[in-house]
Amino acid sequence: MKKSSTIKIKRSRGTFIVDTIITIIMILVCFLCIYPIWYVIVNSFNDAKDAMMGGIYWWPRQFSIKNYQTVFEDSSVMQAFKITFGKTIFGTTLNVFFTAMVAYPLSKNHLVGRKIFMKFGTVTLFFSGGLIPTFLLFKQLDLLNNFLVYIIPAAFNFFNLLIFINFFREIPAALEESARIDGANDWTIFMKIILPLSKPVLATIALFAGVGQWNDYFGGLMFMTNRVDLEPIQTYLYRMVAQVQSSQVAGSISASNITASETTSTSIKLAAMVITTLPICCVYPFLQKYFVKGMMVGAVKE
Amino acid sequence: MTDGGIRMAKATASIEEKLPDQIKQSPQRNKTLQRWWRQRYLQLMVLPGIIWVLVFNYVPMGGIIIAFKKFKITKPISEAPWVQFRYFIEFFQDSNFVNIMANTIGISALKLLIGFPLPIIFALLINEIRGIKFKKIAQTISYLPHFLSWVVLGGILVTWLAKDGIINDFLTTINVLKEPVSFLGNPKYFWGLSLISDSWKELGWGAIIYLAAISGVDQQLYEAATVDGATKLQKIKYITLPSITGTIAIMLILQISTLLNSNFDQILILKNQVNISRSQVVDTYVYQVGMQMGKYSYATAVNLFKSVIALMLLLIANTSSKKLLGRKLY
Repeated sequence: MKKSSTIKIKRSRGTFIVDTIITIIMILVCFLCIYPIWYVIVNSFNDAKDAMMGGIYWWPRQFSIKNYQTVFEDSSVMQAFKITFGKTIFGTTLNVFFTAMVAYPLSKNHLVGRKIFMKFGTVTLFFSGGLIPTFLLFKQLDLLNNFLVYIIPAAFNFFNLLIFINFFREIPAALEESARIDGANDWTIFMKIILPLSKPVLATIALFAGVGQWNDYFGGLMFMTNRVDLEPIQTYLYRMVAQVQSSQVAGSISASNITASETTSTSIKLAAMVITTLPICCVYPFLQKYFVKGMMVGAVKE
Repeated sequence: MTDGGIRMAKATASIEEKLPDQIKQSPQRNKTLQRWWRQRYLQLMVLPGIIWVLVFNYVPMGGIIIAFKKFKITKPISEAPWVQFRYFIEFFQDSNFVNIMANTIGISALKLLIGFPLPIIFALLINEIRGIKFKKIAQTISYLPHFLSWVVLGGILVTWLAKDGIINDFLTTINVLKEPVSFLGNPKYFWGLSLISDSWKELGWGAIIYLAAISGVDQQLYEAATVDGATKLQKIKYITLPSITGTIAIMLILQISTLLNSNFDQILILKNQVNISRSQVVDTYVYQVGMQMGKYSYATAVNLFKSVIALMLLLIANTSSKKLLGRKLY
C-alpha cells in the first residue's frame, strides 16, 4: 500500500517535469515564429531614420506612422500593390476553377483517355523544361511584360489536380445519379452539385494558390523585362532587400551618412513588409482545418 | 439551365438510338467513339487541361533541344546549328563546376541530415501536450512562417544578421562572440544560415504529416501500455515511433530524391557577391548565366544535367522504396 503511493508520486513528478519541458520548448518555438513579425511591426511604427540605427526590438523608440504615409503616397508602390492584388485574385480564382473543372472528369474511371492523361501529367511533376525554355516559350506567346504571365501559366496545377480528384471520388455517386435522372448534364452536375459540395477542398487549393501568388517575387523579376509598373510588391521588395544587402556587405551603411532616399526606401520597406504579411496572418488560421486535410490527401498521392 | 439539360439529354438519347448500325461495321473503334460521344461534356471539360499541359509543360520540354544547339535569341531554334554536348563539357570544365555542385549537394545534405528529423521531433512533442487548446494554438503559430514570403524573411534576416543586427547584439551579450560578425558577408556561414532559416520556416508545416500519422494510431495501445506501467518515453519508443516509421521512410526517400533541388527563393535572396563561393547553387547559376548573361543554350544544358540526375535519383528512390517498403511512391 505504502509502496504503490510512492510510485504514484514519483510518476506524477516525472510527468510534471516532462510537461514543463515540453511547455517551455513550445513557448520558445511559438516565440521564434511570432517574433520576426512583431519585430517588423514595431520597426514599421518607428521613425525610419531612427529605425536604421537598429536596436528596436520590443517597442517603437520614436513612434511614427510616417512610414505608412510614405507608402500610401508613393504611386509606384501603390501600383505594385495593385498588381499583387490583381494577380492574386484573378490567378487564384482561375487556378481553382480551371483545375477543378479538369479534375472532375478525371475522377471518373470510365473517362476515355484518362490513364494517358494521368501518365503525361505525372511526368510533369518530376521533369520540366526548366527556366530558359519556359522563358523562350513565354516570349513566343507574347507573355513577357504582360500581366497575363501571372495568370495563364498559373491557371493549372497537376498536384492540385490530384487533390481535387481524390476529393471528388469521395462524393457519393447517388447525388449525381439523381441529378442525371432529373435531366442534368455533366456540366450542370459539376457546377450545381460537385462544386458546392467541395468547399473544403476549394478553400485548401485557394489558400495554396493564393499564398503562392501573393508571395511570389520571381515571376516579376523574370518576366517583366522592361515593364517595372507590372511588377508585384514582392519583386519591388526583393530589389530593395538586394540593394540593402549589397551596400551592407560593402560596408557603406553607417549612421552618419544615411541619405534621404535611403530613409524613404527603409520606410517603404518596413511598412510594405507589414502590409504584405498581415493579410496572410489573418487568413490562414481560419482555413487550418481544411488545409491540414488537403495536405494529407496530397501527401498520400505524392 | 434544366431546360437545356433536358434537351441535351434527349439529343443524346436520339443519337444513341442511331448508333447500333455503326457498331456492326467496326465494333472496337466505334465502341470507343460511342463512349467518347456519350461523355462528350466530360471530354470538353478535360480538353483545356490537355491543351494547357501540352503548351506549358511539354513545349518547354521540347525547348530543351537548345542545350545541344548554338541558339541565339534573334533567330528561331530550327536555324541554330547543332553543337552536340559542347555546353555540357563546357560546364564540367568550368572552374565553378565543383563549387556549384558542392554547394547544391552540401546544403541539401545538411537539410536532410539535420532539417529532416526536426519536424518529427516537433510532432512528437506536440502530441505530448495535454491541454487541447494549447496544442491547437502551438500548432497554428508554428505554421505561420510557412506562409511568409522569402522576400520578407530575407529582408528581416539581412537586417538581423548585419554587424549591428539583433543576432550580433544577442551573441555578444551572452559572450558567444567577442566581435560582431557580418554573417551574410562571410561565405563560411552560408550553409548553416540556409539550414537554420529553412528549418525554422518549415518546422511546424513539416510536422503536419507526422501528426496525421500519429493521430491514426490506435488509442487502445496507449491505454494498454499505461496499464502495464509504461512511461511516456517508452510509449513513444515502442508505440508512436514504430507506427509512423512508414511515413518517415516515405518522406525520407522523397527528400533524398530532391538532393539536387535547392530552395531557389531562399538562396536567391540571401546570396550576395561576397558569399557567392558558398551560395551559388545550380538553380541560381542557371538563372545568372541564362537570364543575366544571356547564355541560353549553356544555361539550358546546365539545367538539363541537373534534371537528368534528379530524375535518376528519383527512380532509384522509387525502386528502393518498392524493395524496402513494398510499395511504390508513384
